[in-house]
Amino acid sequence: MQRQARSKNPYRRLNHTMPTSSSPYFQHDADIGIIGRGTTLEQAFEAAAQAVFAIVTDLTLVQPSSILTLEFEEADPELALVTWLNLLLGKAREQGMVFSRFHVQQHGSQWRADAVGEKWRDGLERGVEVKGATLTMLSVKQTGAMWEARCIVDV
Amino acid sequence: MNLEQLRQLQPYLWSLPRASGEQRAEVLLYGTAPLLASMDDKVLEQIANVAALPGLVGAAMTMPDAHWGYGFPIGGVAAFDAEQGGVISAGGVGFDISCGIRCLRSNLDLADAAAHFTRLADTLFRAIPAGVGEEGELKLNPAQLDQVLLDGAHWAVQHGYGNAADLAYVEEQGRVAGAVPAYVSELAKKRQRGEMGTLGSGNHYLEVQVVERIYDSAAALAFGLHPGQIVISIHCGSRGLGHQIGTDYLLMLAKAASRLGIRLPNRELACAPIKSAEGQQYLGAMNAAINCALANRQILTQLTRSACTQVYPQAELETLFDVSHNTCKVETHAIDGKPRLLHVHRKGATRAFGPGHAMLPQRYRAVGQPVVIGGSMGSGSYILAGNSGNPAYSSASHGAGRAMSRHQALTHWRGRELIDELAQQGILIRTRSMRGAAEEAPGAYKNVDLVAEATEQAGLARRVAYLRPKVCVKG
Repeated sequence: MQRQARSKNPYRRLNHTMPTSSSPYFQHDADIGIIGRGTTLEQAFEAAAQAVFAIVTDLTLVQPSSILTLEFEEADPELALVTWLNLLLGKAREQGMVFSRFHVQQHGSQWRADAVGEKWRDGLERGVEVKGATLTMLSVKQTGAMWEARCIVDV
Repeated sequence: MNLEQLRQLQPYLWSLPRASGEQRAEVLLYGTAPLLASMDDKVLEQIANVAALPGLVGAAMTMPDAHWGYGFPIGGVAAFDAEQGGVISAGGVGFDISCGIRCLRSNLDLADAAAHFTRLADTLFRAIPAGVGEEGELKLNPAQLDQVLLDGAHWAVQHGYGNAADLAYVEEQGRVAGAVPAYVSELAKKRQRGEMGTLGSGNHYLEVQVVERIYDSAAALAFGLHPGQIVISIHCGSRGLGHQIGTDYLLMLAKAASRLGIRLPNRELACAPIKSAEGQQYLGAMNAAINCALANRQILTQLTRSACTQVYPQAELETLFDVSHNTCKVETHAIDGKPRLLHVHRKGATRAFGPGHAMLPQRYRAVGQPVVIGGSMGSGSYILAGNSGNPAYSSASHGAGRAMSRHQALTHWRGRELIDELAQQGILIRTRSMRGAAEEAPGAYKNVDLVAEATEQAGLARRVAYLRPKVCVKG
């Protein structure tokens, strides 16, 4: 099968929604590594969620017609990332929705978040289903002024 | 993978020597030098971590198609003894619990069927819910779903999806014991509401194939296969329910391991002693997901039959076999000449019982269990038969195994162009996801021929038939 040179960022439609120009993805053999970056931990979690849902569909086409509010408790920031992403994925599948915008608030071990999106409809790009966020390559850390949250998601 | 760190024991078997003071069991890797060299070093790191888990019996092993996973490598096999503190690991099963392949043999031959492949592709694409966001027509209430989780493929047959003859050719005869729906979260059950009878996305597929080559005539005869015959393979798993169980228990078991004092080299190995409350809960939920997967593939089987008879009124599709490759199964294996009850994790590995095994249907008992090594759209698939004396707890490869990440694949292929190119080769692809098709490009996988050959040469299973793809519905 002939290979063709293409864009360095295959999930390119995510770029304009990201807080930085760095790639929100890293390599994994079978699945996909996602990275969320931001000036706060909450922003990094929001960006991580965008990276996940940009695998599922083209976020620029998602209408912000519904809001889902999520709450959970987790003291460990790394486990909180996995909990956050998996809660989103679970709720999205339960309700037949796709999300494109996120707002996260942390108060100690308490997390509250809004996810904005719409029900699946014709016209939305069908990307690849994300089964769940894993503990593999899981990391939440602050470097200088930036927070970075990353893990492998199973697709 | 740097082969210099390995010791070659046999032409198709390698070991990873222990470093001084390293506390772990033996690591064995099956495959050829080129196959192993193509693997990421993470495979070695992950299987070495598995070898350090409590209660492991014998070696931690990888199959010839191994690649980097989460916790366990994909293509990883490990057996644990509950009586010796053995653990069960959610990472050793995966999110897509009981993902597997249902293979159907038909009474159609290529010469008769080929003229209608375009119509068949379109009909199957309409009939099989596939891809992200797609739902099935079957909507179950909570009580019905609980019954599915207990009865597996039997539930589907009882509700008009297929026939009793199918069940004899499904692992565990279509229903695994030990399922506990109460250990499955409400969210997991809600996720499944629209997903019974759906294919999913990613590497899942429904493929119409033609038997192109026979390697083992006796086994092919037992399996009902002959050159030119049309067969259909359905690759999918336990859908949203299984994904959510994987999610729920990955975190639960990671915390349990910490609380129970299990020192994990990496917490992605999330596990708990089989006899612990957490271990038992995961087992009950995982078995429920296995039954969900068996029911799902049974429903898809019947949808496939209906679609095929629209195009070929004379078509008859019989279940050749249904085998899972993401499971932990309780099995008896001879260890030092004595039978022991083990929890065998197969993460991206297929059970491959040899001839004479009591769990095989009578029709296959003389030749061994059918094993399917699935291809990837353009490359073919193999049907193999389990061998006597399989040294890897009766396990074999499950697919070609990725050679390139999805990200890399997207930089090399465009979905539309790939599909057009495959059509020129006589392979019709139907998908709602151009991106997904590009990620699954045949060139992103290892050479399935080499994987199948290595599987045979390593004594894991022997090749019976090679199947060439003709129509593929991708998720």
